[in-house]
Amino acid sequence: MSVKTLKALAVAAGLLAGAGLAGPARAAGGAEHLPHVNFSFDGPFGHFDLASAQRGFLVYKQVCANCHSMRLLSYRNLRELGLSDEQVRAIAADVQVVDGPNDEGEMFERAGRPSDRFRSPFANEKAARAANNGALPPDLSVITKAREGGAQYIHALLVGYEDPPAGVTLMDGMYYNKYFAGHQIAMAPPLSGDGQVEYTDGTNPTVDQMVRDVSQFLTWAAEPEMEQRKAMGVKMVLFFTVLGGLAYAVKRKVWADVH
Amino acid sequence: MASGLHNSEVANPVLRWIDQRLPVITMMQKEYGTFPTPRNFNYFWNFGALAMVNLLIMIATGIFLAMNYTPHVTMAFDSVERIMRDVNYGWLLRYVHANGASMFFIVVYIHIWRGLYYGSYKAPRELLWMLGVVIFLLMMATAFMGYVLPWGQMSFWGATVITNLFSAVPLVGPDIVTWLWGGFSVDNPTLNRFFSLHYLMPFVIFGVVFLHVAALHITGSNNPLGIDPKGPQDTLPFHPYYTAKDSVGLVAYFAFFAVLVFFFPNLLGHADNYIPANPLVTPAHIVPEWYFLPFYAILRAVPDKLGGVVMMFGSIAILFVLPWLDTSPVRSMRFRPLARPFFIVWCVAFLVLLYCGGKPPEEPYVTISRVATAYYFLYFLVILPLLGRLERPLPLPESIARPVLRGGGPLPAGAMSKPMEKA
Repeated sequence: MSVKTLKALAVAAGLLAGAGLAGPARAAGGAEHLPHVNFSFDGPFGHFDLASAQRGFLVYKQVCANCHSMRLLSYRNLRELGLSDEQVRAIAADVQVVDGPNDEGEMFERAGRPSDRFRSPFANEKAARAANNGALPPDLSVITKAREGGAQYIHALLVGYEDPPAGVTLMDGMYYNKYFAGHQIAMAPPLSGDGQVEYTDGTNPTVDQMVRDVSQFLTWAAEPEMEQRKAMGVKMVLFFTVLGGLAYAVKRKVWADVH
Repeated sequence: MASGLHNSEVANPVLRWIDQRLPVITMMQKEYGTFPTPRNFNYFWNFGALAMVNLLIMIATGIFLAMNYTPHVTMAFDSVERIMRDVNYGWLLRYVHANGASMFFIVVYIHIWRGLYYGSYKAPRELLWMLGVVIFLLMMATAFMGYVLPWGQMSFWGATVITNLFSAVPLVGPDIVTWLWGGFSVDNPTLNRFFSLHYLMPFVIFGVVFLHVAALHITGSNNPLGIDPKGPQDTLPFHPYYTAKDSVGLVAYFAFFAVLVFFFPNLLGHADNYIPANPLVTPAHIVPEWYFLPFYAILRAVPDKLGGVVMMFGSIAILFVLPWLDTSPVRSMRFRPLARPFFIVWCVAFLVLLYCGGKPPEEPYVTISRVATAYYFLYFLVILPLLGRLERPLPLPESIARPVLRGGGPLPAGAMSKPMEKA
């Protein structure tokens, strides 16, 4: 490789490094360093742990869904987690959704179908705030994409509750969380005791296990395409490596009589 | 030959029939086949072709995204997520388009850097260079409006901050802002017009790119030595030599692009843009996309609002007059021992501004931004004009062919040293 080529690569790398620096550099300052957890979906060959994500759905359904909506997901999407058609139908049928108007012009309630979106716990933002001491529980559909740190942040936040340090007075109805920006969070510790959610697959529902499972589930919910994307990416990189070798060989051949 | 028909040399009778009446094949053969191109390009000369390919990728993916996107404040965010979830390969279209914008700026920044280092802006290529600056400005406008379309928090607040810059214009500023918004805040009319213009601009860019290339084919390309080809021994036909060389760069570009799209699709974006726009909640730090950060840093480096806006636009406008600010007749920095280090410091200043633009506006970033901004302008306004008079350039090679030909050429052994060392 010629010196010129190396220089070109160095400049390209420098520009990307600059861009990369600018990216994480924007993270809100002052926050605690997140503890690192290994997830099955990390890295270029990462994949979802479907059993964990299914348990995570249970955690969401029984705990988070009391306050947090996931309005971009439909019950049919749960099939991608490995649930059967019957299971998905049963999960959907468990909730009552408002439909209509019917032929008489009336709205009515009916059992949910797989095509329905996840039912939101509150009718609107005002209702959500009224029930939560003025705070709005954010929608969780793309939460791991909407927070710096992604699943690592979700995990850290859920295990980050502790007693406030001496000298810190919490506002009324607030809790201390060392990973939340400003450290005062309106959400009560959602997963506080082992066995809070009953797992059906024999896994021991420790707090740590539940937090990992729900982080797995939320990552899948935010990026359901991730497995397909990474698998395609591996093929693409291999393909371009081979094609690049061929292109370079052709270039050498064409230029052989010039140099 | 029938009267009025072009004298075509195409062998195929059907193509010949067309070429006689509309000589596009002859033209392509002349402009991209036999087109005489300096034989000494390095890989930096790939980036013009890469930018062209990038523009086509953006237009192609953008057309299909537009088929599935809804430009309405209550539906835009959800329609983008629908593309990600329910449209076949919608995630691929969107991630290619979003990261394609970053790739476009990486490619164009290297392309501009190439022009600055090798003096491609100098006579006779001044207009070619100025058309390039127009393309750069159009790209910035297009990218800015495109970032607003997903209607996330950063879309909304970025649009608010940037459009508000125009309120610094004396007397009519606030009226201009209302006119831009189509109302009294960034709202549905703003989103609608940004979508319309975002779809229009790439075709305007395409038109200016055509002029850029047309002007290039009049003057011919510059080259790393910055000296004019003196005859056929200094050039090669574009095809197959540079089609082959561009192919190598193109595949490397695709590989790099693929790594971003498939493994780090959100690395260069901002997490806040996955939160739906909310006019009542201001994000802690409003930052533009990474490729605007150097100019954002210049804006914030100036303590006066109008002054900041003027300096920010001035930092790009100054490129228009660069061909006349740089008074040295020598194009390539390889032969400019004084200008070269000053230019390298300018590049560092640019990267420092890029870094500071992403930081909160507090010390030490403000002071660093001010120093870098001052040098950015000093380089163009003082250093370059003076150097043309003060600097003693290294002797230029006699021709492109002589320093390039190695082993086996008709040159005496002494002539094979590197051009920099040649007396």
